Amino acid sequence: MSKSINQIQDEIIEEFEMFDDWMEKYEYIIDLGKELPLITEEKKTEDRLIHGCQSRVWVASEMTDTHLVFTADSDAIITKGIISLLIRVLSNQTPKDIVTSELYFIGKIGLQEHLSPTRANGLVGMINRLKSDGLKQLTP
Amino acid sequence: MSEFNVNQIRTDFPILKESVNGKPLIYFDNGATSQKPKPVIERISSYYTHENSNVHRGVHFLSDQATNAYEQARTTIAHYINAPRSQEVIFTKGTTDSINTVAFSIGETLKPGDEVLISGMEHHSNIVPWQMLCERKGTVLKVIPVTPKGTLDLDAFDALLSERTKLLSIIHISNTLGTINPVEYLIGKAHQVGAKVLLDAAQSIQHLPIDVQALDCDFLTFSGHKVFGPTGIGILYGKKEVLDPLPPYQGGGDMIDQVSFEKTTYNGLPLKFEAGTPNISGAIALGAAFNYLTSIDLRGAFKHEHTLGTYLRARMREIPGVRFIGEAPETSSTLSFLIGDVHPLDLGTLLDKQGIAVRTGHHCTQPLMKQFNIPGTVRASLAFYNTTEEIDQFIVAIERSMHMLS
Repeated sequence: MSKSINQIQDEIIEEFEMFDDWMEKYEYIIDLGKELPLITEEKKTEDRLIHGCQSRVWVASEMTDTHLVFTADSDAIITKGIISLLIRVLSNQTPKDIVTSELYFIGKIGLQEHLSPTRANGLVGMINRLKSDGLKQLTP
Repeated sequence: MSEFNVNQIRTDFPILKESVNGKPLIYFDNGATSQKPKPVIERISSYYTHENSNVHRGVHFLSDQATNAYEQARTTIAHYINAPRSQEVIFTKGTTDSINTVAFSIGETLKPGDEVLISGMEHHSNIVPWQMLCERKGTVLKVIPVTPKGTLDLDAFDALLSERTKLLSIIHISNTLGTINPVEYLIGKAHQVGAKVLLDAAQSIQHLPIDVQALDCDFLTFSGHKVFGPTGIGILYGKKEVLDPLPPYQGGGDMIDQVSFEKTTYNGLPLKFEAGTPNISGAIALGAAFNYLTSIDLRGAFKHEHTLGTYLRARMREIPGVRFIGEAPETSSTLSFLIGDVHPLDLGTLLDKQGIAVRTGHHCTQPLMKQFNIPGTVRASLAFYNTTEEIDQFIVAIERSMHMLS
């Protein structure tokens, strides 16, 4: 049985509690980017590009029987780490769970500043994209 | 006036004592906006505490006071830029508003086929208003190319000038490249073909002495907030003989002489271009910013800033893989750069976590980014309250960030 969205969020919160320095946190985020399930090059199309980011971020999703699986990439390393965190939480979950999820881990690990609508790295755009991909599966 | 002492000057800017992410703030984003000295901050407060009233229509004491302070600010600014008459200094919302005012008003006098000349290093605010004018009036936009070093191609400029050129609208110092353009040459040449010249001084008013009579520009535009004043206030200077025949930009209160449903006549300068209740506190506080500048050893301040700019470039050259975007012989203390293939956003984020404010991205100069074939840059832009110690810390922070990113 795979972990629920909230179990994974709690796991991430626990991991980030180890760091008391911002630079350590970002070092870890950069490392997490290396674990990102990468989108294939041919899927890096305009419609999979998330607008509103200073860096370029592509997200693709694919349904298995019941679960939605995400892949992504970015040309910025920190953005790659952040999308990797989001995908770790939301990938391999049911579309319904993805759409209704409340992503409290972002605030808990101190990334809430990235949620401001004008923030250049477009975390809001990424979350919206993941959730709207989930929603598409629910609305035939 | 005492000799310029950066540590003394820093005490005038309260925000410089702030901490960011647990680190002392190093503010290297002065190209975006400057910090405010105490006299400016206090002037806003004292205006609202003691003088607040509407201007230009008062029979009462407070309105007189507010009007006097507002007009005094105009005079202060006129003196600072050496405008012959204070009525040639118009309060606007900022550089963008100033350029749009000129684009609209002079635009009404242009015919299809008339040409407006700008350059490839303009800020979007000195591109889009002219494109809108061209759509409205059938005028033609011409662009002076930028060389790989980040300077204007002056041969191309000479070739682009003709009797069709009605206006040259040009940036004095590039907000992205730091290039100081040879504006005396450009203005002289443009005048030879009878073109008017708008000089966008948004990035030069805070770095160089500006004398509109020596420059002989027809218009000069800048924003208050980049020259230690508040946001939402800016200046359009225009020669009286050039502004007088132009139609007003916006209609409303203050800009009229007589209003009737049959025929409305307009006020004279400067109010003709100041429709509606202006940003009174902003104008007065901008006056305070210029009073502040004339109260310090400004020559020493500019010299210090020049030294900082040179030091920044020298220290940055030590960074392996660094590439400067803009290597003009004459530059301001603004430096755009990239390091290896590191994304500007990554570097900007990590610098922020170390207490350092820089700008990343295209800096509202997308055509320039396209020319250099880059998505953006990291830009450090200094002011006279910055220090060489801050530059040293900046270099250390870059080295630490690069260690993490590569």
